[in-house]
Amino acid sequence: MVVPAAEAGRSLGTARRRISEVLWRRPWLRAAALLTPPLLWFVVIYLLSLVALFVSAFWTIDPFTSELVKHWNVGNFTQIFQQADLRNIIFRTVGLAAAVTITDALLALPVAYFMVRIASPRIRAVLFVGVLIPLWASYLARVYSWRLILQSDGVLNWTLGKVGLPGSGIGYSVWAMWIVFSYLWLPFMILPVYAALERIPDSYLEASRDLGARGMRTTRSIVLPLILPGLVAGSIFTFSLTLGDFITPQLVGGGEQFIANVVYSNVGIANNVPFAAAYATVPVVVMAVYLTIARRLGAFEAL
Amino acid sequence: METRATRIVLGAWTALVILFLLVPIVLISVYAFNASNVQSWPITHFSTSWFGQAWRNTEIRDALWLSVRVGLISTGIALGLGSAAAFAVHRFRFFGREAISFILVLPIALPGIITGMALNSFFVTGGVTLSLWTIVIGHATFCIVVVYNNVIARLRRVPGSLTEASMDLGADGWQTFRYVTLPVLSTAIVAGGLLAFALSFDEVIVTYFTAGAQNTLPLWILGAIRQGTNLPQVNVVVLVVILLTLIPVAVSVRLTRDTGVLRRR
Repeated sequence: MVVPAAEAGRSLGTARRRISEVLWRRPWLRAAALLTPPLLWFVVIYLLSLVALFVSAFWTIDPFTSELVKHWNVGNFTQIFQQADLRNIIFRTVGLAAAVTITDALLALPVAYFMVRIASPRIRAVLFVGVLIPLWASYLARVYSWRLILQSDGVLNWTLGKVGLPGSGIGYSVWAMWIVFSYLWLPFMILPVYAALERIPDSYLEASRDLGARGMRTTRSIVLPLILPGLVAGSIFTFSLTLGDFITPQLVGGGEQFIANVVYSNVGIANNVPFAAAYATVPVVVMAVYLTIARRLGAFEAL
Repeated sequence: METRATRIVLGAWTALVILFLLVPIVLISVYAFNASNVQSWPITHFSTSWFGQAWRNTEIRDALWLSVRVGLISTGIALGLGSAAAFAVHRFRFFGREAISFILVLPIALPGIITGMALNSFFVTGGVTLSLWTIVIGHATFCIVVVYNNVIARLRRVPGSLTEASMDLGADGWQTFRYVTLPVLSTAIVAGGLLAFALSFDEVIVTYFTAGAQNTLPLWILGAIRQGTNLPQVNVVVLVVILLTLIPVAVSVRLTRDTGVLRRR
């Protein structure tokens, strides 16, 4: 009774061995077996729907029946170029994204420098936790918290009142959005700048000092050029995330329109998917241009 | 090397920025214990009564349950497909390899609204009813990327000599995978899975476009904030969501720092 079981076990072992031999001799078979499921998922579901979306940007909606008219035309795009308010929304959104990016760069640089070159390993670990917690703590929770802080009876005005200043009244405004966006994406700027600073050898800074440069001169001529790829890498996040967000403008903004809000209301309320798709190509084009510049500046090695 | 004054200024700046990063999170956690249903500052009375009320709210419980199911299923799909893609891209050189690693980063690089919108019109024109499964498809797409990134980063650090040694000692492909490759990768796979779950649990934008009538927890929060209803319960739910995303991330950071079998020290 025992012998057949052992034999069965052996033949199972040889079968397995034979399969692994076959796979070893034909690596393309292994590659295909591994790649087919994830590729099918991405090509069939994701790429196909992206392509369909951008194809639909060239269709229109019949204004009377709100039926989809599958007739090729560039009407949606000419509308974006000709209508002044649609153009202004693009400039406003890109302007806000640029302001957020510059703010985050200014806030992040000294922090990253302190973490790399001055803080002891223990303090550095604590600071890291301080940067990583807001990176991962729920996005909605953080936006909602700022809504409570900035509203007229919130923490900000209470604090201002305590030190004898008048209330600010910046809740639900572009200023509020600028603060909240800068807050939300700040960790995305600190981390790549930190990584870039960490790669500068101490000897470079010592050499600069030996040659007679003071602190400001070393910062300007040595540190800034060397961390530029890190800054650009961080700015990819701050820029792209600001361009694509419609929730923060809804929750803390003052009712001004931004690119993502226009897209959002055209998908939902107006039910004009072709126009929404055309308008959504704007941030994609802006990011494509931005990424091309970033690539030239060597940002991808710093990611 | 920096002067004393520079060190003090930089230290103070860093302290203020870290404070700026943490204060809103501390504050929203304190609001969960606000006894009043008016969300003004300062809080006068503290209470834990909203926790019980939030727990008894069936809408919140349904949303929590949906979020957990979506997170688990998406993470499961992502673990399978993300690891397979990482193995293939790392192990083999083939035509279109660069294109594949580019496509795999797209769901993270493109603004969420575009992914969401694309999937939404794909489902709507394809006549697919929006359900738990359409949310899962949306989430799994970006969860795959997280697992892929974690696993491929580990694979790049594992020397190829490990598997060669195993083969030389007579192990077949399956045994090498089971006793060498898998143990080396295990922490990276678990870490990727935890990050994927945290990301799915907190996702709003793609979820908004792929969910039908049903609410995940973030969608319930968004709706309640917009309508200004149930705000005390929102405070409680928000605290729970913070904890439920931070705990897996903390575990995952631990796991990737200490690289399992490859640990040197």
